[in-house]
Amino acid sequence: MILADSGLMVAQNIGFAVIAFMIVGAAIRVVTTDNVMHAALYLVMVLAGVAAQYILLAAEFIAIVQVIVYIGAIVVLFLFGIMLTEAKLGKSDDLDNKPMRPVAIAVAVALLGLLAYSLVDYYGDDQLALAGQTTAELGQTTAQVADSVFITYLIPFEVVGVLLLVALTGAIVLARRD
Amino acid sequence: MPMLLAIELAYWQETAIKVAVMAVLVPTTALILGIVFLFKMMSWMQSRMGPQEAGPRGLLQLLADGVKFLQKEDIIPDAADRFVFKAAPIVVLVSTFLTYVVVPAGPDLVIENLPTGIFFAMAVSSLSVIGVLMAGWASSNKYALMGGLRAAGQLIAYELPLVLAVTGVVIQVGSLSMQDIVWAQATGEIFGWGGIGLPLILTQILAFFVFMAAVQAELAQPPFDMPIAETEVVGGYHIEYTGFRFLFFFLGEFATAFAFAAIAATLFLGGWYVPGIPPDSVWANVVGPIALFVKIMFVSFLIFWFRFTYPRFREDQLQTFAWKYLIPLSLVNITVTGIVVVAF
Repeated sequence: MILADSGLMVAQNIGFAVIAFMIVGAAIRVVTTDNVMHAALYLVMVLAGVAAQYILLAAEFIAIVQVIVYIGAIVVLFLFGIMLTEAKLGKSDDLDNKPMRPVAIAVAVALLGLLAYSLVDYYGDDQLALAGQTTAELGQTTAQVADSVFITYLIPFEVVGVLLLVALTGAIVLARRD
Repeated sequence: MPMLLAIELAYWQETAIKVAVMAVLVPTTALILGIVFLFKMMSWMQSRMGPQEAGPRGLLQLLADGVKFLQKEDIIPDAADRFVFKAAPIVVLVSTFLTYVVVPAGPDLVIENLPTGIFFAMAVSSLSVIGVLMAGWASSNKYALMGGLRAAGQLIAYELPLVLAVTGVVIQVGSLSMQDIVWAQATGEIFGWGGIGLPLILTQILAFFVFMAAVQAELAQPPFDMPIAETEVVGGYHIEYTGFRFLFFFLGEFATAFAFAAIAATLFLGGWYVPGIPPDSVWANVVGPIALFVKIMFVSFLIFWFRFTYPRFREDQLQTFAWKYLIPLSLVNITVTGIVVVAF
């Protein structure tokens, strides 16, 4: 995957904008739709859009991990859970939590402000230089990703792994009644 | 392909050719498997004639059926979620089409030689379960819902051994690219003898067994056909689909069987490589597709052989088989392969 050699990368920017609008639109529908199944299906669009953005960033491996883990496993589990418990067709009236709306808006605005402030404060007017033009020069081939995960970041990787295992075991312990 | 024809094609021309090839190829493969195995082999194995009327020896029966499906009324249940109902078969078919993208049929004959090829194929093939769940839910039918739930439980359970079996091959080859996997087998040697290369089935026989069992379950073919079991849930998520939407599911099922057979042939049987023909010669581009096709037909034969000879599992037996046998087996295979690769 070769990035365009000019500084502007017009096609990538247009692609990014189209996908970004799709993600934002679908994300809004996830929380505003009046059917749980539809919300889960809009979530698929959001996650697929993120995978597409990864491909635009020449991060193929991460994009495929995004598809296989989030869409192939997590959303399927969501859909499975929804269908097992409450799979009503048509509108559900109890999906909206009206009294909590001001709180939600406050949290969202605060989060946006915090993220925007930290980004602007750290980067300011800096322009980030590209490390290279190809996936290999950017250090993003599968072999390079594997090297950095299993050599440079081995300890954090193992710690996260153990943490997830603990969470998994804890969930089973909590869910079992006997 | 540009190399073979010795002409330089623009990007859009190349893309147009690739799309056209896919559009013709995918339904054709489904047709071939349907006629050869579903109609003919199944009839012979069950000591009956099979279709005889349409075309010579009934070979055009499936085409006639296809035309019949296209003429049928497109019925959508009143209580169904119309958009999701209509979109479900398309999601399944898209997942099938994407799986074909990375399968190489020759040194230059591949739609897109991704560096992460086999991983890509695993990822997109797992998307079809979303289409199945959408169909099961949107049909507004309790049998469809049960079929969809069974399908999801089964596909989640068998996704894992499928990926783990592939991991053994990837560790041995040291690459995720399908072309690299074929090249490793073409240039490999059996104790210094390179006469037939090194088909990975010789070293990864355990992975091959796990992969084939998981493929059978992923395709929801008997003995793993609980999601569509007609005697229990009357067709499962197919139940409300008629006409061309049902045809989509049918095409998706058989074209996916062909795609998985192609992946198995590429991973374990050497893909397009033919012993005696150097893999870097132009002839490999000519003979490659034929060799791949023969190997695919052999693997498909195995898939359909099990399909027609084994009775259906029970739901708990299905889960036991995946979690207690296939996954531990594939983990053992990964461990042993890893140790051998590091030690030698």
